[in-house]
Order: sequence, then structure tokens, then C-alpha cells
Amino acid sequence: MTINPDLQGRSYPAVEVYDVGREKIREFARAVKATHPAHFDVEAAKALGHTDLVAPPTFAIIIAQRADAQLIEDPDAGIDFSRVVHADQRFTHHRPIIAGDRLVAELHVDGVRAMGGGAMITTRSEIFALGSGDSREPVTTTTSSILVRGEGQ
Amino acid sequence: MSPSFNELSAGQEIGIRTIEVTRTDLVKYAGASGDFNPIHWNEAFATSVELPGVIAHGMFTMGSAVQLVTDWAGDPAAVVDFQTRFTKPVLVTDTTGTGQPGATIEVSGTIGKLDADAGTARVDLTVISAGQKVLMKAQALVKLS
Repeated sequence: MTINPDLQGRSYPAVEVYDVGREKIREFARAVKATHPAHFDVEAAKALGHTDLVAPPTFAIIIAQRADAQLIEDPDAGIDFSRVVHADQRFTHHRPIIAGDRLVAELHVDGVRAMGGGAMITTRSEIFALGSGDSREPVTTTTSSILVRGEGQ
Repeated sequence: MSPSFNELSAGQEIGIRTIEVTRTDLVKYAGASGDFNPIHWNEAFATSVELPGVIAHGMFTMGSAVQLVTDWAGDPAAVVDFQTRFTKPVLVTDTTGTGQPGATIEVSGTIGKLDADAGTARVDLTVISAGQKVLMKAQALVKLS
């Protein structure tokens, strides 16, 4: 299987809305062994000036990996998921993710680079919170690189 | 209590944390994150794709390592940027039912750089499991008041 070099520059529009719930923040926080009370206790979050529970710094991976799935499952991309290795990850928060947010992600393929018989693919998810009417507020930019191992790699 | 920018200096240590990991933790992380790749919970599948065994999600390691920074900063929202490279897998052995960890991750943090104009401190994390650095360039940018 060969990675399609024309992927670079491709974008996938926001398709589904992710509703950030309190219990999901608590569940994710427990799963990464987080202990900060602002993830669990609404009053503790409010004492820090937030309107509701604050998501852990890597919570946006849930939304980013859903967006990435559009690319990985795109038959035109030529990616064999069982040969994918996560190479790097970055989160840039324009503001924290808070319980009650309604988030969407736009996926951009920023780079495709052949490596051996495989390829390194860099994607960027621009995550926005939906506001009233058509307004969207930038929340988080995530970038990640995946290495798709070629045969024998 | 949040640290005060003026009291910080580059090279200062912010603390250490030891994270014990079991196979059950990986199942919990899979459910919480939606990443159900079987290399993180099924030994036969992991070895069939030439891995030494079940490995932790890179995002589990990244996500659990940053708690040292979050607790130090006093507010999770103060972590405005967080990045890493994944260099070595964390192999988690099956210790189900024994009460023992299947892997241990050691996290330590140091102030790497201070930016007075932006009011930010870069915390550099060293993350080690089984004697090897499993994350590289693990850096969290913390906005301080």
C-alpha cells in the first residue's frame, strides 16, 4: 500500500459537534490519573474563575483523533492503520476547554513525507467552540505526526 | 497556590511524580479517549505486529505526565501549550490480579525558559520508564500571573 502524495494540503471540514460533558471531563481526568480539583469539582473550577469544570490539557485529543479518523479511513489516502505509529503531538490552547462547550474540528493535512517504504504525515486540527448564531471561537490547535511504517519497517 | 513569575529561575525543579500503570489503566484510557487500537490491550495482536507486548498509548503517557505541571501551576487552564515526541514505547506487562504495576513511569520537571514579556514559563519534562526516556522534547508552556 502506498501513501497518496496528493494528500498534502487537503482539508476535511468539521462534520460533527462534540458536546463536552462534566462526566466525560471527570472520566478522562481519572484515566490520565489527574488529581486537580478543577477537573472534578465545579465549585473548585469556579473559584479559579472558570464557568464550569476545566478539561485536562490533552483532552482535545478525543476531538482531534475523531477528525484524524476521516483521513485514516479515507480509502483514497492509502493508510494502513495497523502500521501507524504516533510520532509527535502538540496542543496549543487559545482558551481552556470547559464543560458545556460545543466543539467542532477542521482537519488539515500539512505535510506528507516519504520515509523508507512508509511516510510521515503531519495533520492539524483547528478546534472551535460554537457560539450563538454562526459564531465560532478558536479553542485549541492540535498538530500531530504519524509514521505509517512501510513493509519490513 | 500558583507560583509567582518573579520567584522562578531557569533550571529550577518543579517536582517529581511516579505513575504506576496496569493493563486495567490502559483499558480505562482506551474507553475515555476512544482509542481502541488493540496494541494497547491485546498481547497476541501486539506481538503479531512486531511489538514486544502490550504498550501504553503515547497519549496516556503524555496526558499523565502533564499532571505534575497542572498541579504545580495551580490551574489546568494555565497550561497554554504542551508538546512532545514519542520516542520509546512503554511496555506494560500483565499483572492483573496481583496488585502490582505492569510498568512505572517517572516524571520530573524543570523550568527550561522564562519569558517575562509573555509571562510564561516553559517546563521541560523528563519522562522515563524501564530506564529509557519515553518522551523527548516534552515541553509545557505555563502562563503565570
